[in-house]
Amino acid sequence: MAAIILSPGHEPFDPKVGHEYGYGRMQNVVTSMDYERLMCSTGPYEGEILRASDKKHPHRIAWIQCVGSRQVNPPSGNSYCSAVCCTYTQKQVILTKEHDAEAECTIFHNDIRSFGKDFERFYERAEGLPGIRFIRSYVSIGREIPESKNVTIRYSTPDDGVKEEEFDMVVLSVGLNPPADAKGLARKFGIELNPHDFCKVNPVNPMETTRPGIFVSGAFQCPTDIPESVFSASGAGSQCGELLDYRRGKLAKERVYPPERDVSKEEPRIGVFVCHCGANIGRIVNVPETVEYCRTLPNVVYAQEQLFSCATNCAKEITDMTKEKGLNRVIVAACSPRTLEPLFRDTVREAGLNQYYYEMANIREHCSWVHPKEKGEATEKAKDIIRMSVARACHLAPLQEIDLPVNKAALVVGGGIAGMTCALSVANQGHEVHLVERERDLGGTARGIYHTLEGLDVQAYLRDLVHKVYQNPLIHVYTDATVTGAAGYVGNFVTSVKSERGVTEIKHGATVIAVGADLYKPTEYLYGEDGRVMTHLELEEQINKGNEKVINAESLVMIQCVGCRNEDRNYCSRICCSESIKNALKLKEINPEMDIYILFRDMRTYGFSEDYYLEAADKDVKFIRYEPQDKPEVKAGESEEGRPVLKVTAPDDILGMKVEIDADVVALAAAIIPSAGSKEVSRLFKVALGADGFFQEAHVKLRPVEFAADGVYLCGIAHYPKLISEAINQAYGAAGRVLTLLSHDTVIASGSVCEVDEKECMGCGACISACTYGAIEFRETRQGKKAVVNPVLCKGDGLCNAKCPTGAIQLKHFSDEEILAQIDAVAEAA
Amino acid sequence: MCSGRVDLEFVLRAFSNGMDGVFIGGCRLNECNYITHGNYDALNMVLLCRKIMEHIGLNPERLRIEFMSSAEGILFAEVMSEFGNKVKELGPLGKVEGIDQNELKSKLAEIRKLVPYIKVVKNEKLASHLVNPEDYDKLFTKDEIDRLFSEVISYYIDPEKCQACMICAKRCPVEAIISAKNQVHVIDQEKCIKCGTCFEACPTKFGAVTKITGGPVPPPIPEEKRTIVRKGKEKGGTEWHLSGYQEITN
Repeated sequence: MAAIILSPGHEPFDPKVGHEYGYGRMQNVVTSMDYERLMCSTGPYEGEILRASDKKHPHRIAWIQCVGSRQVNPPSGNSYCSAVCCTYTQKQVILTKEHDAEAECTIFHNDIRSFGKDFERFYERAEGLPGIRFIRSYVSIGREIPESKNVTIRYSTPDDGVKEEEFDMVVLSVGLNPPADAKGLARKFGIELNPHDFCKVNPVNPMETTRPGIFVSGAFQCPTDIPESVFSASGAGSQCGELLDYRRGKLAKERVYPPERDVSKEEPRIGVFVCHCGANIGRIVNVPETVEYCRTLPNVVYAQEQLFSCATNCAKEITDMTKEKGLNRVIVAACSPRTLEPLFRDTVREAGLNQYYYEMANIREHCSWVHPKEKGEATEKAKDIIRMSVARACHLAPLQEIDLPVNKAALVVGGGIAGMTCALSVANQGHEVHLVERERDLGGTARGIYHTLEGLDVQAYLRDLVHKVYQNPLIHVYTDATVTGAAGYVGNFVTSVKSERGVTEIKHGATVIAVGADLYKPTEYLYGEDGRVMTHLELEEQINKGNEKVINAESLVMIQCVGCRNEDRNYCSRICCSESIKNALKLKEINPEMDIYILFRDMRTYGFSEDYYLEAADKDVKFIRYEPQDKPEVKAGESEEGRPVLKVTAPDDILGMKVEIDADVVALAAAIIPSAGSKEVSRLFKVALGADGFFQEAHVKLRPVEFAADGVYLCGIAHYPKLISEAINQAYGAAGRVLTLLSHDTVIASGSVCEVDEKECMGCGACISACTYGAIEFRETRQGKKAVVNPVLCKGDGLCNAKCPTGAIQLKHFSDEEILAQIDAVAEAA
Repeated sequence: MCSGRVDLEFVLRAFSNGMDGVFIGGCRLNECNYITHGNYDALNMVLLCRKIMEHIGLNPERLRIEFMSSAEGILFAEVMSEFGNKVKELGPLGKVEGIDQNELKSKLAEIRKLVPYIKVVKNEKLASHLVNPEDYDKLFTKDEIDRLFSEVISYYIDPEKCQACMICAKRCPVEAIISAKNQVHVIDQEKCIKCGTCFEACPTKFGAVTKITGGPVPPPIPEEKRTIVRKGKEKGGTEWHLSGYQEITN
C-alpha cells in the first residue's frame, strides 16, 4: 500500500462526564445530537419535537453553548473551541421555529463565533426571529420540577443579577471530542497526536501526519465544519495522487449500463415517485394524497411514495419498478434538479432507459420550503407541478451525449500560497500548469505575514514554496501578468495572458481561480491621519522590523471588526481575532511590561486557537467587549504625565462604565475584502460572485472548491478569508478536483443542444445572429440556405429557438412541444 | 436553457389558457455566467408583449419580468408576493379590462397566429441590447404596434402568373402551399405564417406571388379550375395557357 487516508471523524462530547448538566438524570435535558434526531423524520417521533417525559411539544426551549468546549478545568471538557456549535445551534433554532412558530428559544452563550462564509447573516436571521433571546451568560442547571419535569437554569443578567428561569426542554450544545480511541489509532498507524488527542499535522500541509504516506482529512485534523472537511478530503486525495500517479487508472473499470431499450414507438408509460425528503416535503405536502392524484393523470401507470428517493435503496427501487412495470418515462417529485438530477438519470439508465426520459418535479424548493405555513395549498401546488411534469414527460425524446476531448493542462490564476500549492500538486501528478500572477513576485498576501499563531516562519516557508514552483519543469510562471481574454469550455479553454513574456494564448482543460483578496483601508479611528494608528498587518510588519516605537510602547490598543460585521460588509473576516492574539503574544514576548488591550465584539479564536486566547488572557492582555452601536473612540491627546498619546474610550460592560485608555499605538483589525480585480476575473471566466463580493462556490457545503461552471475551480481567500493552513487545505482540495477532470481523456457534453429541421427552416438567419457561440451556420441546399447547428459549440441556451419564426430550430429537451405541454397543463387545474 | 428561451408564444399561450398573470425570472442584466446575455432577449420580448397586450386592451401589468441572482432568495420572495397581490387585485383576465371573454379569446388567437410573422418583422428589435433602462419604454411604440396589426402582410399567388413550377411549395417551411404538377398553386391562408419565403422563391420571370399589405386576400380559385392547359412547345420557350383563369375572366 502506498498511501493511507485517515478520516475517522470526531466523537460528540459526552455531557454525563462531571454530571453538572443533569444529562441522563433529567429527562428533558438533551444534547444537540439528541435534538438533531428529534427534528429528523426518521427520528424517535418521526420529526415531531416531543419531550421524553410526557410526549408533549416543548414550548420554552433553552440551548446552552460551549458544553464540553472552551473549558478551563479539564474535567468539564476540552479547552479548545469546537468551532461548529454556534452555527448548528442557530440552525436548530431556525428549524424549531419552523416546526412551531410560537416556540420561545433562548440561547445562553459566550462569544458567538459566526466566522464561516455567510454565517454572520445566518446568525442575524436567527437572532431576528420573534421569540428568540440570545443571552450572554455562564449558566448552571438548577433543578428538575417534579410535577412538570421542567428544568430550571440559573444565569446572570447585567441589570438584575442572578436569575433562575424554567424551561420545558434544555439542549446542551455539545462540542467535538477527538475520535474514540484516537490513541489506539495513533499507535496502530504509528502517527503522533497533538495535545488534544487530535491528529498532529504538518502546519504547512495540514493533511500530512507525522508519518509519510499517511494523510488525514476531516474533523480528525481539528474540530471543523463540512466545507473544510471537503477541502481536506479532496486535498488528501490529491496528495495520494501525487504518490500514486504512475498507477492512475490501472484498477479502474468502465461502468457498463444495460443496453438502451427503444421505446420511441411505445405509448408513454409514466412512473411517478414522490419523495418525502424526510420531513422536508412530507411535513408540508400531503404525500399519500399526491401519490393518489398522480395515479389519475393521463399516461401515469405507476405512482408511489418514498422517504428519501436519493437513498441507495430507494434509487434501486426506482430502477426495479421501472423494469417491473415497463415504465418508459420516470418522474421523481422531490428537490431541485441542480443537485440530484444526475443521480436519477443514472438510476433510469440502470433500468435500460435513455436518461433523457427522466424528468424532475421540484416540490421542495419550489413548494414545501416556500409554503411551510400553507399545507393545503402546498399540496395542491405539488399536484400542479407534477401534472406539468407528466405533460412534459409525454413529449420527452431520447438524446445522445457528446464526448469532448480534454486538454491536459491547467491554468491557475493567482500566485499566492493557494495558487502555488495547487499548481504544485497538479504538476506533481504530471500535468502542465500555467501560473499567472498579477504582481512581479509570487507570494500574494502571505508576503506581509511573518509568523502564524502556531509559530510557523511564513517567509521561510514562502521562499521554499516559490523555489519549488520555479524548479518544477511543468509549471510555467507568468508574472506582471493580466488575463485579457478567456474563451472555451470545460476541457477546452483558451485564455489570453499579457505578461512580461508578451501576449500568450494558453490552451488548458481546467482553470483555478486563486486571486486572493485585499485588505480594507480603514477610514475610521484616525487611520491615515495619525501615524500611530495602523492595521493589524502593519503592526505585524512593525513588530517584525523591530520598530522601537511599537515594541517599546507602554500601552497598545487593538480594535477588532474594523470594516466588517457592519451594513456595508455583513460578514466576519475570520482571521483577525487570531491575528490580533498572535501580535499580542509576540509583543508580550518582546516586552512583557506592555499594557495590551483588545477591544472586541466576539473573540472568534475558533478551534485550537482558543488556547492562544487563554494564553493571552493569562499574560494579562486585557479584553474589553464593545457593542456595534457603542463603538470605541480614538482621539489624540496627552496622558496625565504629559506624554502624547491616543485616547481610546470604550464602554466596559463588566464595570458598567466607560474606560479611557492612553495608548501609544492603536492597531485596527481591518477587514479582508474581495480583491479589486475580482469583478473582472468573474466577468472573464464567467463565474459568480456572492453577496459579499467573494467568489461563489457551486455549493457552500458539498462543492466548496468548484464553481457552477464546469472545469473552473476555486481556492484560497478569493473564496472567503481564511488562515494559511485552511488555504493550503483548499488549494490541495482544488488540485484534487482538477485531477478528477484532467485524468479523463474526454468530458461529456449535454445532449440538450439545438437542432434544425431542415424542411421547416426558411433560411432567415435569425438563429445565427442570436447565437453568441457561433454554433450555427448556413449550409447551401437545393432548397436554398438552411441553418445547421454544431452541437459541440452549442451551449443549450435556446435563444435561437425563441427567435425562429417557424420553429425549425428546437432546443432539445426544452422544445416548444415540451414547454407548451407544461404551460397547458397548468391551466388544467384539478 | 436561458431566460432568452422564453418564447412570445409561451406567454400568449398562458394568457389564452386563462392565466391571470405571467412572471418571468431572469439572471441580473450584465451578469451572465456565459456570454449569452439572453436576459436582454427576454426583456425585449416582454416589452413587445406588454405593448401587444395594451393593443388588445389587456392590462400590461399582468406580465412581469424581474432580474435577480440565485443569492437573492429574499428579493425573489418579495417580488413574487407583490406580483401575486397585484394579479389578485387585477382579478380575472379581461374582467377588469372590460373585455368580453369570447372577444378576448378570439383576439388572443388572432395574435398567436401572427407570432411567426411578428418574429420575422421585429427580429432586429427583439435581438437588441438596451444599455439605458430609459430606452426600454421606447423600444416598441404604440404606433408601431398599431401599424404592426393594421398593416399585416399577406401573400397571394396570382393564378394568372403561376406556372405551377412547385418551387415555392417545396420551399414553404410550413407546407401551406397547395400544389401539384399542372395545378395553379394556392396559399392556404390558415396555415400560412407570412414568412415571405414563397415571395422570395418565386422566379422573378414569373413574379406570381404578390404581397398584400393590410387588405383582404382574394379568395382562392376553386379546385376544379386550377388545372393548367399547355398549348405545346414552341421555339424559344414555353407558352402556357391557363384555362381556369380564362373561364373566370370570360
